[in-house]
Formats: sequence, C-alpha cells, structure tokens
Amino acid sequence: MTDPSPEQETPAAGQSALLQMRGIVKRFPGVLALGGVDLDVRAGEVHCLLGQNGAGKSTLIKVLSASYQPDEGEIVWQGSATKLSTPDAAMGLGISTIYQELDLVDGLTVTENIFLGHEISSGGFSRRHEATARARALLARLGHSEITPHRLVGDLSPAAQQIVSMARALSHDTKLLILDEPSAVLDQEEVRNLFRVVRDLTEQGVAVVYISHRLEEIRQIGDRITVLKDGRTVATGLAVADTPTAELIRLMTGRDIEYAFPPRPAHSHDTEVVLEVRGLSGERFRDVDLTVHAGEIVGLAGLVGAGRSEILETVYGARRSTQGTVGVGGRKLRRGSVRSAVAAGVGLCPEERKSQGLLLDQAVYRNVTISSLRRFAKSGFLDFSEERRAAEELSRSLDVRPPGVDRPVRNLSGGNQQKVVLARWLLRECKVLLLDEPTRGVDVGARTEIYNLIRRLADEGVAVVVVSSEVEEVLGLADRVLVVREGSVVHEGPATEIDESRVLDLVMEGDVA
Amino acid sequence: MSDSSTDPTPPLEPAEAAETARVEKEAEKATEQTTRGWAAVGAGLGHNLGLVVALALLAVVGLITAGDRFASVDNVMTILRLAAVIGVVSIGMTFVITGGGIDLSVGAIVALSSVWATTLATQQMANDVHWLLMVTTALVVGGACGLVNGLLISYGGIVPFIATLAMLASARGLAEILSDRKTQIVSVPGFTDALAGDFLGVPRLVWIFAVVAVIGWIVLNRTTFGRRTLAVGGNPEAARLAGIDVRRHTVLLYVVVGVCCGIAAIMLVSRTTTGSATHGMLYELDAIAAVVIGGTLLSGGRGTIVGTVFGVLIFTTLSNVFTLNNLSISAQSVVKGLIIVVAVLLQTRLARRPSS
Ligand SMILES: Nc1ncnc2c1ncn2[C@@H]1O[C@H](COP(=O)(O)OP(=O)(O)OP(=O)(O)O)[C@@H](O)[C@H]1O
Ligand SMILES: [Mg+2]
Repeated sequence: MTDPSPEQETPAAGQSALLQMRGIVKRFPGVLALGGVDLDVRAGEVHCLLGQNGAGKSTLIKVLSASYQPDEGEIVWQGSATKLSTPDAAMGLGISTIYQELDLVDGLTVTENIFLGHEISSGGFSRRHEATARARALLARLGHSEITPHRLVGDLSPAAQQIVSMARALSHDTKLLILDEPSAVLDQEEVRNLFRVVRDLTEQGVAVVYISHRLEEIRQIGDRITVLKDGRTVATGLAVADTPTAELIRLMTGRDIEYAFPPRPAHSHDTEVVLEVRGLSGERFRDVDLTVHAGEIVGLAGLVGAGRSEILETVYGARRSTQGTVGVGGRKLRRGSVRSAVAAGVGLCPEERKSQGLLLDQAVYRNVTISSLRRFAKSGFLDFSEERRAAEELSRSLDVRPPGVDRPVRNLSGGNQQKVVLARWLLRECKVLLLDEPTRGVDVGARTEIYNLIRRLADEGVAVVVVSSEVEEVLGLADRVLVVREGSVVHEGPATEIDESRVLDLVMEGDVA
Repeated sequence: MSDSSTDPTPPLEPAEAAETARVEKEAEKATEQTTRGWAAVGAGLGHNLGLVVALALLAVVGLITAGDRFASVDNVMTILRLAAVIGVVSIGMTFVITGGGIDLSVGAIVALSSVWATTLATQQMANDVHWLLMVTTALVVGGACGLVNGLLISYGGIVPFIATLAMLASARGLAEILSDRKTQIVSVPGFTDALAGDFLGVPRLVWIFAVVAVIGWIVLNRTTFGRRTLAVGGNPEAARLAGIDVRRHTVLLYVVVGVCCGIAAIMLVSRTTTGSATHGMLYELDAIAAVVIGGTLLSGGRGTIVGTVFGVLIFTTLSNVFTLNNLSISAQSVVKGLIIVVAVLLQTRLARRPSS
C-alpha cells in the first residue's frame, strides 16, 4: 500500500529529505507498538502523522526524540545515518518535541520552564535578566506577549501552557519541530494562532511533524501525510491536496466510517427538569442559569478559559460556589460537596485525564469501575469477574486498544486513556452526566461511537451537559446550546437555530443579540 | 493442576476412557475456575521472589553460623513470636502507606494503649467484669489515637508526617504521665492465661498475627475499602472526582492503623506481662521499613500485605541470626540499613517505567 512515488507538487518540493526513518521497530512487553515504520520529512514542510488511537504515533515521535530507543531500524538525519542516544543528543541536532501530555514543571516560572535544562548562566549563576528578556521575545514571536515570564506555570490555562511548551521548543535552534496533538487543548482561535506560528516556522525552513485527530486541521496546515495503522506505515508522502478525507479515514481505520452525529429524537423536551442551576457564581463565572431536562443534551460552547470547566466542577461540588443553587430532581445539593452531588446521581468526566481522572498504575477495569464499586460489591466484597465483564463490554464498544482490561492504564495511548475515563462515567448510572471535553484526543472512528453512546444515554433519560472546544461537536451533538464568554452565558437556544460562525462571533464579541 | 495432562497415560478401556474424559472435563472446569486463583498466587510469588530469596539466604546463613540453635522448633517459634507484634503494626502501616500517608506515631500508640490497658483502675475493673475489658481498652485507645491523627490530617490539613510526629510525642508523654514512668505488672489472671501459651503447637500471638494478616489481605485485595485505598493513594484528586470521600477514607485508614496498634499493645502486654511507656520504641521505623522492603510504594497507590509479612519476617530473622551469633545490635542496625537501601533501589528500578 505504500506509495512509492513521492509527490512532486508540494511546496517543499525540491528540498532534500531532512529526516528519514526506515523500518523502525519498537516492542513493549506483550505489545508490538511499531512494526516497521517509514517516515521521511523534508525541510520546510508540515508533515502530518495520522492514525487511530494506539496506532503508534506517539511512540514513533518518542523514538525520534530519543526518549525511547528503537529495537530495529535506521534513522538518517540530513543524509547521514544517526543514532539518537539521548534526548539531549536529539535536541542538539535540532529536534524539538512537544509531547501529547504536557511536561512542564508547575512550580517553576514561565522563564524557568522555557530554559529548563539549558539555563542561561555564567559561572554557575543564572543570568535572570537575559533569560527573562529572551523568554519575553520568544513569547512575543508566538504572539502571546500577555503571558508574563514571572508567572508560575501551574497558574496558567492549558492553552497558555501549550504556548510555553512551544517557546521551550523554540528556545533551541530547531530544525524539526514535533507537535503531538497540540490542538487537543486549544480552541479554534488558539488553533488559528498556532497555525500562524507554524507557517512562520516553515517559511524559515523548519520542518514540522504534526499529529492530530482533527482532519480538517490537516487540510488547513498540512503538506504531506503519513498514515500509521497498528504500528505499520500504510501510506507515506501523500499530498494533502490530492487525498480526500474519506480516503484518509479508510487508510487509518481500514473501513469506511460515516462521520456523522446521531440523529436527535423528534420529540421536544417537555420532560421533567432534572438539573436546575440558578444564579450560580464561582471563581471564574457569575450568575449562570442552566436547566436540563431528562433526555436532553445541553452543550456549552466557548473559548478555553471562558469558565466552562469551572461551571461543571462547581455544579459537581468539586469547587465551592459563592452564590446560587444547584438542584437535582427538585432537591438542592450541598454547596461544595462532591458527595452530595454523587448521592443525587451526578457524574463528572473531568477535563484533565491524567491529573483528575486516571489511576495510572491500576488496571483498566479498575479505572472503569472505581465510581460504581457499590454495584459490584456484596457487603463490601468485590466481584472481580463481574467487574471485568462490565469493563470489557464498555471498552469493546468504545474500541479501547489493545483490548484486554487487565493492563495498567499507563501503557495505553492517550486517546485510549481518554476512552477509559469516559467509560467510567458511562458505566455509572447517573441521572445527570457532566462531560468535559469527552472526545479529546479520540480518533474519528471512536468519536462516532462515543456520540452514539452519549445519545443513547440521553434517550434513556439521562440529562447530559457537554463542554467542548470544538464548536462543530457542540452543535452536532447537543439539543440546546449555551455560549459562554468570560464567565457569563451570552446566548442560549436550540442547537439547530445557530451555526458555527454565529457561535464564533458570540464567543469573540459576546454581544447578546 | 495439570499433572494428568503432562503424564504419559497408559491406554485405557473405552468405558474407562469415557469416564476419565468426563472426570477430566469436570476437572478442567474446576481448573478454569481455580486457574485465576493460582495465577494470582503465582504472580504473588513472582512479585515476592526477591523477598523469598532474601529470607532463604538469611535462613542459610543462620543454619551455617548457628546450626541447630537456629533450626530448632523453639527458635523458629521465638522468631515468629517476635515477628507477631511488629507484624500486626506493619499490616496497619501497609494500609496507611498504600493510601498515600505515613504514621510515625505507631510505637507511641502501642505504649499508650499498653499503659492504659494495665492501669490499676482498668485492671480492677477488668477483674470485676472480664479480662476482655483490658483488650477493649487497648483497642479503643489505639483507635482513638488513630482517629485524632486522621482528623488532623484530613480535616485539619496537617501533613501526615507532622500530625503523626506530634502524636508520637504526646502519646508517649501521656503514657509516661499515666504510668508515672513505672512498669505496670498485669495482675488479672484470666488475661495472661487467655493470650499466653500455644494453640495447636503454635503460640497464640502468632495466630493473632496470622488472622490480622489474612483479614488485611482480604480487605486490601477483595473489598471496596481496599480498592478505594489504592485509588486514594494513587491519585487523590481523581479519587475525589470519582465520587470517593477521600477525607473520610483517610480518617478510616488512620483508625485502622490505630486499632492495629491496640492489638499489638495487647500482644506485647501478654508477652511481657507488663504495660509500660517504653513499649514499642522505634516501632515506627521497623514497621515502615518492613512495609517498604515488602514492595508497598511509599508514595502510595500500590500495596502488598504478603510483601509486608515477608518484610517483617526478614527483619526478625535477621535480628535472631545476629543474636544467636552474639553480634552487637549496632552491627545489626547497619545491615538493616543496607537491606532497606537495596530493597528500595530495586523497587524504584521496577517502578521507573517510561510514561506515555
Ligand atoms: N510504555 C508502554 N508500555 C507498553 N505498551 C505501550 C507503552 N506505550 C505505548 N504502548 C502501546 O503502544 C501502542 C502505540 O501507542 P502510542 O501511544 O504510540 O499510540 P498513538 O498513535 O499515539 O495513539 P493516540 O492517538 O491515542 O495518542 C499502543 O498499543 C500502546 O498501548
Ligand atoms: Mg499519542
């Protein structure tokens, strides 16, 4: 299936290959993560790496950044065979990587993070002024002068942290920049900004390897594409312009998938009100009203940092509200009490899967059942086989790969970890389900399945609230949409009566029409 | 399990063969059910292979250097009896550490419980009521100390290290005040009769340890309480958002270790027939060491009762071998320290897996 003739018409045509990877093999105990992968990247191009969750994309770039050593295969850098022995060596060649899971140190400042490991110093003393000045210049180059170098990284929003990672990557003399799902934590505006930066870089001759599950992004930014499937290259050097999306999906999944949202039920929502939020105010939002009926899906659209996650977490009691009430089924919840929310049948699938969701060292099935333990226990004793069975059923329908619920979650790929967190909340029989970015990092095929599952739950009478940075997702999945801007709801209405550009306008300007 | 399938079987008469097939099928079914159990046992042994080897090595050293004095039934029982008291404390400690905490006050709680259970007033009352009153006193005192620790940590927001350090100081101090720094001799006859001596040839104290260990294993591995402990220790924020009451659970963990200290105090009182403010000195270090070399992660989220039992046995056997060879306590401490370092190095090697 490998395309033998590289494309001629790409913008990068004529440039020699910057990097060639040949027959890369990487084994983990019991898993062949990469079974012979080829990749060649030219200077000045954006090379997209596509593949389903668990296809081996992150593993491949970890080989490239030398955080893993390949078991077999050859890496040719600027024409000569190279062995990348340490991450430092890879960086020295000009390979910079931004990993799928951000790897910043929360307790250090922006500047300290940017220059971590290659501090600007003389005679052992750090030259703080110079470092700060250079950090400021880097941030300005990325179009984010508003991030002050003295801030602690832990206090920044995910999007801003992403920018800091970018600045860190660019603080070296970079020839190849690797971005592993950078847009997963970004909203449309931020993505546009990211693309501007990427174009700037490619114009300067920097090559970019770009990983994303959002195919429309590939259309906008990509030059050529390599597709991985089950740890093998199934196509390489495809020109973006000549490859239809359906073809890409077929290459990735090996089947044709209709990328569609489940149909909305015809009936209107004159069912009972399940979730009723009145005048809720909290840390980053004020005076939010939200009513969700049984069987209804309500979407919250808005920019990252607009306060949508805070709203969900406050409804769930994980944050304390300063004002207002949350009622479920007519009963008021205790303020700032997760227990009271859980007892009332509320579930929250949190935004940050690593820090807020996963028990990394525990087996998949244990991660899935942890919120529903009571269901599997007889007078405190757990029924393991019943637990496994339930987890297996769900992970099969979410297509968690590799299958098998006994492996530790740590060893799963990012998108599959996300499915595990989601499975936890689908398993728990909630009356109200709050989903914060439920499809972050999930591939096309599994996404459709997740949408169907969410709709099925709603049809069973669950009240669902979905937060997503992808406007398309909110509009396609939800019955009713609330647009949040800087902590206030600026629009509320049926999803069918508003389109994407209108939402974007509202998000940016927030004028209530 | 699969002896029959590996042994070359002689040819059989048809009827006999059918019968065998039926039996084998049933056996297979049963095997299937037990396979998981055996797999678990196998995995358990695999995980603890290092510990088994270490213990075996110690035994060999004991045999070579002390011969029959080491290998005698009496000596083995001595080792077990010594292991029993610190063992019970270590089981409790395993829960706290697995749940992401630490308890420095276990030795002090043992002392306070032993003293409170043996004050003249308690003993007199026990004489009137039943010797079980002394046992109850020790358990309640231990549990209450644990409760205070837990509340300070969970709801007071004091880090475990500091909160239990404070308990260490004050519990031992209180024990001194209560006992007026005197050793309190047990005078309730029923008490010593009930707990001293053997049952089925094994000291009763060892039976108590065994029962506590088995209950501990079941609770940690088979119940919701155990599963929640792993979650709370592994990722408290995720556990909280998963709907677990992390604070209440943490309190319970410290109560568990406190009650274990109460049990240990009773065992110690029966072994020495005294209650004293000097009981349980440095138990915190021995217990933490046993738990850690057993393979429980000091940062929480992973815990093993079997490992802890091995850890306790290793340290107790080590002391025994040193004592039999008339070596000093100081030399013993040095070797103990080395063992801890080696064990933890091995553990971090195992734990340091590349993250995705
Ligand atoms: N440390 C590890 N130990 C064992 N298996 C691993 C490890 N890291 C990755 N794997 C396995 O290797 C395969 C490839 O994983 P990888 O993270 O490269 O996928 P990916 O293409 O990046 O997926 P995603 O889109 O979900 O991020 C998966 O099956 C994964 O379970
Ligand atoms: Mg990945």
